[in-house]
Amino acid sequence: MYSEKVMDHFNNPRNVGEIDNASGVGTVGNAKCGDIMRIYLDIDDDKIIQDVKFKTFGCGAAVATSSMATELVKGKSVNEALKVTNKAVMEALDGLPPIKVHCSLLAEEAIHAALWDYAEKNNIVIEGLEKPVNDIEEKIEDEDY
Amino acid sequence: MSKLIYLDNAATTKVKDEVLKEMLPYFTEEYGNPSAIYTFAQKTRKAVDSARSQVAELIGAKADEMYFTAGGSESDNWALKATADAYGNKGKHIITSKIEHHAILHTCEYLEKKGFEVTYLDVDSDGKISLEELEKAIREDTILISIMAANNEIGTIQPLAEIGRIAHEHGVLFHTDAVQAYGHIPLNVDEMNIDMLSASGHKFGGPKGIGLMYIRKGVKIRSFIHGGAQERNRRAGTHNTTGIIGIGTAAKLAGQDLEKNKAKQEELRNHLIERVLAEIPYSRLNGHKEDRLPGNANFCFRFIEGESLLILLDQLGVCASSGSACTSGSLDPSHVLLAIGLPHEIAHGSLRLTLSEETTLEDIDFVVDELVKIVERLRKMSPLYEDFVKRQA
Repeated sequence: MYSEKVMDHFNNPRNVGEIDNASGVGTVGNAKCGDIMRIYLDIDDDKIIQDVKFKTFGCGAAVATSSMATELVKGKSVNEALKVTNKAVMEALDGLPPIKVHCSLLAEEAIHAALWDYAEKNNIVIEGLEKPVNDIEEKIEDEDY
Repeated sequence: MSKLIYLDNAATTKVKDEVLKEMLPYFTEEYGNPSAIYTFAQKTRKAVDSARSQVAELIGAKADEMYFTAGGSESDNWALKATADAYGNKGKHIITSKIEHHAILHTCEYLEKKGFEVTYLDVDSDGKISLEELEKAIREDTILISIMAANNEIGTIQPLAEIGRIAHEHGVLFHTDAVQAYGHIPLNVDEMNIDMLSASGHKFGGPKGIGLMYIRKGVKIRSFIHGGAQERNRRAGTHNTTGIIGIGTAAKLAGQDLEKNKAKQEELRNHLIERVLAEIPYSRLNGHKEDRLPGNANFCFRFIEGESLLILLDQLGVCASSGSACTSGSLDPSHVLLAIGLPHEIAHGSLRLTLSEETTLEDIDFVVDELVKIVERLRKMSPLYEDFVKRQA
């Protein structure tokens, strides 16, 4: 069902984790539909993405697309990162099954959401970047069930 | 890959050696059509008759009340559509539950389009229907109650005898989808007042593509598959002789060892449940603690998603299943897990492990050991878990 590349990124996800005091953090998706992605960006003064980390709740494709997306934006400038599309993520993974295409869209949105957070924090405008749709469902209650 | 650990016996089972052995001669030696008149076909006819007795005996039915079909889904379709057809002039109301298999639910939706009304009973957090609500739902025009014997996902066994008694008292027919229960737990059509019952061969050591339907004498439903006079004019089509002999043998074997296998699987299953709940934090058991299929365990692990879990288990040679959206081909997680009251996000993280008589203690211990690591690994990757830990701090 999944390509070898998808399986590789699922089994050995690159850049899993968190960044303390990140330049930008973006979370997209919702738990109701079964996918949530969070991207952390560390961006230097020259607007170059020095480091990127992710956390994902979701299926194999969701994990693999997050992992690939982080690889594709690492070391890029903010403007270059904005051009990383879901199509690029899919191609880099040698394709996804049709019902999993939305995972790659989520990865693109997560990058955009993290960039938006960075822009807001620094009071700058990144040309071509739109405000991400906040799609996060209310948090799971902490009560024991 | 390491050795295969097959824990998806609710999906399908391995054909038992003895079943296969009984079936084989009927492919190439005794291949005659049991409906034929000549002597050559008589042995096949006898074998079909004897299989009919075997499948009847397991549920305390008579052989001439048993009909062979192509599987559980056909039997469910037949029971519902033919009852609607035959009793539709008496009434247009059917009662079922929210956690039935789709072979029942989608057939009910079809009948709704044809002018029938269907009441879908709620279930409690263990997956049981309420007998009180069932009785309240019965109306003047109710013609059928169809409640599954045991649930395919969470394993909960319904109070069949009580349901049958209520149906009987109100003069309503009672059908039960016993696909998961037949051959695994004791069933008796008379003691439980069951009028129709569906079962499937491949769920208890028989082959795929063969099912059966019990229809109590006096229930006036007619043929669903038209074409020939087979099965006393009630189910056309040349007999699937090898399948019939397979399901008959599987029923015989299931009957011989029912209590022994049940006890053995329950012991292993309880060990599995106890270990998982003790060793994996934020996990829960889905389904009734006691009234559940002997081989069924179904868990939810918070903060993680089921498909990822299945892929990692698969890489260790472990076959399991999940009620997550990703494994269902839609965006919604299992209707059964939602019906027992689980929120979507928790229902996505479910895992079903279903044992067979071949499952060993070593298999179970291996799976739990690995599961502990897998759940921890996926949680480390989960933003939901990260948020949860931060909120706890």
